[in-house]
Amino acid sequence: MEASKVISAAPEAEFVPKILALVCTYCTYTAADMAGSARMQYPPTVRIVKYLCTGRIDILHILKAFEAGADAVMVSGCEAGSCHFLEGNLRARERVEYAKKLIAEVGLEPERLEMFEVAASDAPKWVQVVREMTERVEKLGPSPLHRVGASFAQVEAAVQRVVAQ
Amino acid sequence: MIIAERKPFREIQDMVAPYGNVLIAGCGTCVAVCLAGGEKEVGLLAAQLKLARNLAGQTGRLGEITVERQCDREFIEPLREVATDYEAVISTACGAGVQFLAALLQDKPVFPALNTTFIGVNEAAGHYTERCRSCHQCYLGITGGICPVTMCTKGLLNGPCGGPIGGKCEVDPARDCAWCQIYERLESQGRLQQIEAILPLHPHSRTTSPGTVIHPAYLRRYAAHE
Ligand code: SF4
Ligand code: SF4
Repeated sequence: MEASKVISAAPEAEFVPKILALVCTYCTYTAADMAGSARMQYPPTVRIVKYLCTGRIDILHILKAFEAGADAVMVSGCEAGSCHFLEGNLRARERVEYAKKLIAEVGLEPERLEMFEVAASDAPKWVQVVREMTERVEKLGPSPLHRVGASFAQVEAAVQRVVAQ
Repeated sequence: MIIAERKPFREIQDMVAPYGNVLIAGCGTCVAVCLAGGEKEVGLLAAQLKLARNLAGQTGRLGEITVERQCDREFIEPLREVATDYEAVISTACGAGVQFLAALLQDKPVFPALNTTFIGVNEAAGHYTERCRSCHQCYLGITGGICPVTMCTKGLLNGPCGGPIGGKCEVDPARDCAWCQIYERLESQGRLQQIEAILPLHPHSRTTSPGTVIHPAYLRRYAAHE
């Protein structure tokens, strides 16, 4: 009885955004790691895919994440001028801008995609950008492609498959 | 090489709207270099179409394949077989490639994903500029390697006109005057006297389309068609 109540209540459950964060290992990942070590609190809405550099992030990875049902995608790298590979983050920014156009063309809100810069030492900024993105997605509501029951693992796996290609 | 730009997504989407299974065929040569229709762009277009179809609740398979060149029969021949599983084909080649593929797949609609723009060069990643209008009579030897037909806004063969101001074109002050550049180039190479040569009327009769070129070594093989 208890169990069936829980199951029937599930679809009514509050919308918890699924945000995929594509980050570089040197800056944003380090900041996110530090935020964790320091037990800073932020919404459990984000899952991280770590890249060596944001310059490796392909527009196809972003599009596949949306296809798999992500409500939003955030790309986050080093601050301009401090990329470990000199200009990977600048290229990522150009790609994100272009990808926004591509998703707008198909009818998704471009605000579901954003590029951030979070320095390795800036754990509070990581917390802030996750909050900001979560609020933004809560306002927008679930992605029309949000698969009912799609888990973070599925979204992440879809991206990993493309990255591996 | 041939430079092209991708058509607006909406235009492509509308062309293939009546078809379920659609094959997107890329070209790995010119249009891959200008980031318009190579393997990567085929992937992006397929991903976009897939997203749009999912949003609209439509089904249908989107295939992706990229061949070396679509303007070469030996490379597109295998597509005949591949295309049998699809109702329509989108080609991301230049107009020549699209037509060759459409001729190969006679009974199947083939749609262009690009607008073919010009013969040009790769200035830098993502930046392409025009250089040649394939005019059938090249003048570069006389004009210091700068094309009067393409680079002069008016296509003057015996320029400059009376209009250049400070080396800029009177049509658009943002552009260099090709004939001023030709003058400077010839002067710097010590062959300025060449600018005095009056070029004859351009042989426009040769430019009647569609053009055909038969290599002299193959005259015997193809002469019958001419
Ligand atoms: S089909 Fe067009 S774009 Fe492709 S190789 Fe031939 S000329 Fe270049
Ligand atoms: S003169 Fe100019 S347009 Fe004519 S063939 Fe030479 S480069 Fe091309």
